[in-house]
Amino acid sequence: MSVTKTFATSRRVLRQLSHDPRTVAMLFIVPPVLLTIMKYVFDGVPKVFDGIAPMLLGTFPMVMMFLITSIGTLRERTSGTLDRLMTMPISKLDFMLGYAIAFSLLGFLQALVSSFVMIHFLGVDVAGGELATIVGAVSAAFLGTALGLFTSAFARSEFQAVQFMPAFIFPQLLICGLFIARDQMAQPLQWLANVMPLTYSVDALQQITHHSSWTSDLTRDLIVVVAVGIGVLILGSVTIRRQE
Amino acid sequence: METAIKIKNLSVTLDGSVRALKDISVDLPVGQAIGFIGPSGAGKTTLIRSIVGRQRLTAGSIEIFGLPAGSVQLRNQMSYMTQGLSVYPDLTVKENLKYFATMMGQPKKQIKAIVDEVLESVDMTDKADALVSNLSGGQKQRVSLSVALIGSPKLMVLDEPTIGLDPVLRDSLWKLFNKLTAKGTTLLVSSHSMDEAERCDDLVLIRDGRLIAHNTPDELKNITGTKTIEESFLSLVGDEE
Repeated sequence: MSVTKTFATSRRVLRQLSHDPRTVAMLFIVPPVLLTIMKYVFDGVPKVFDGIAPMLLGTFPMVMMFLITSIGTLRERTSGTLDRLMTMPISKLDFMLGYAIAFSLLGFLQALVSSFVMIHFLGVDVAGGELATIVGAVSAAFLGTALGLFTSAFARSEFQAVQFMPAFIFPQLLICGLFIARDQMAQPLQWLANVMPLTYSVDALQQITHHSSWTSDLTRDLIVVVAVGIGVLILGSVTIRRQE
Repeated sequence: METAIKIKNLSVTLDGSVRALKDISVDLPVGQAIGFIGPSGAGKTTLIRSIVGRQRLTAGSIEIFGLPAGSVQLRNQMSYMTQGLSVYPDLTVKENLKYFATMMGQPKKQIKAIVDEVLESVDMTDKADALVSNLSGGQKQRVSLSVALIGSPKLMVLDEPTIGLDPVLRDSLWKLFNKLTAKGTTLLVSSHSMDEAERCDDLVLIRDGRLIAHNTPDELKNITGTKTIEESFLSLVGDEE
């Protein structure tokens, strides 16, 4: 593994995006717009919105980074750049970590913008404060990137890669506690939710919303999210093969 | 003559059933332009992918400079230009080259000089700051080729490097190839075009996953008593059937 090559890869990925300003604009504009829409959806029950908005901050980066990463790596496979890189003196982890760092950084900037809008314009009260909110959102971005890198190995076409979103991410969204408290779901779904990583991203932001101090549950949530992310990255570097 | 690549009884089966390469054995010399010639679907790309270490071999072996194909030590001695674009369309020419030069492990201080040099070799200096996606097909091809020149590798493996190029450009690239082989670089070039074969020092004719001849262009024409490689190919195939 080489730090130089890892960061060169992150820079390269970010530079690719910088040549695509529309994508960058959407990354930063779409989440605050969605949050604003949600605020008015829950116009009659503002308390509900105050509870949901921070949790959404844990899901946006995950969903978006998952999609961008899976399409990005699939393009590397189909265009031959991955073929070329795999014959060069690099470690597969240089490639994977390069992506993970680039998109976590984007996730960080996205969280900065979204949490600022949520707290200052939409008036959502987060007991844990802005910084904790951003930490929660960045960990979700990292997880999304790692999952995207991993699942893209199983996609043979862009159509399949896009379908992995509803297949892998939607079920997690449904049972992560965003729609209804997890303890009110059927027992089997609660068990399932307990082993899904998104549950912990969302729970982290719930902890941050309701507690002004750092809780042990928050520590557990963040450890789970980051550990699953790292585990999936390592799995992903196995699924990217040098020899096919 | 010194051997660059030693292929012994190589067979490759793709997706568990397609027999892409069937028992190929051949020794390829150092410092020559070696053409892998055959119709599309003959197995050229599979053979190339086997040599660069991207393809798992079903049977047999490949040694490059005495090391098994895919060895870590080979990774900074060879380069590979795939049939696809294999550069990033959403980066500029220079950004692509800088990135790949870093990944090839070139020292930071020398990267600028290396980038300038390889761009010069493919005559793309004036397009250094253009986005690859805005270039013509032939220009993209040359950018991809320039990446393969980074670090002056001992072996360059180029899958259809001149496909779709105009004759003038093709000629200038062959001059570049000849310059490289004169310096001792071994060049592996695949092509389905028989007139391209005339330019190679050494030819490997492939059809249907089998090696049908390994000779110099002149030898091949003498053996078959023909005037062009295309006729030699037809005559060899005719003999087989």
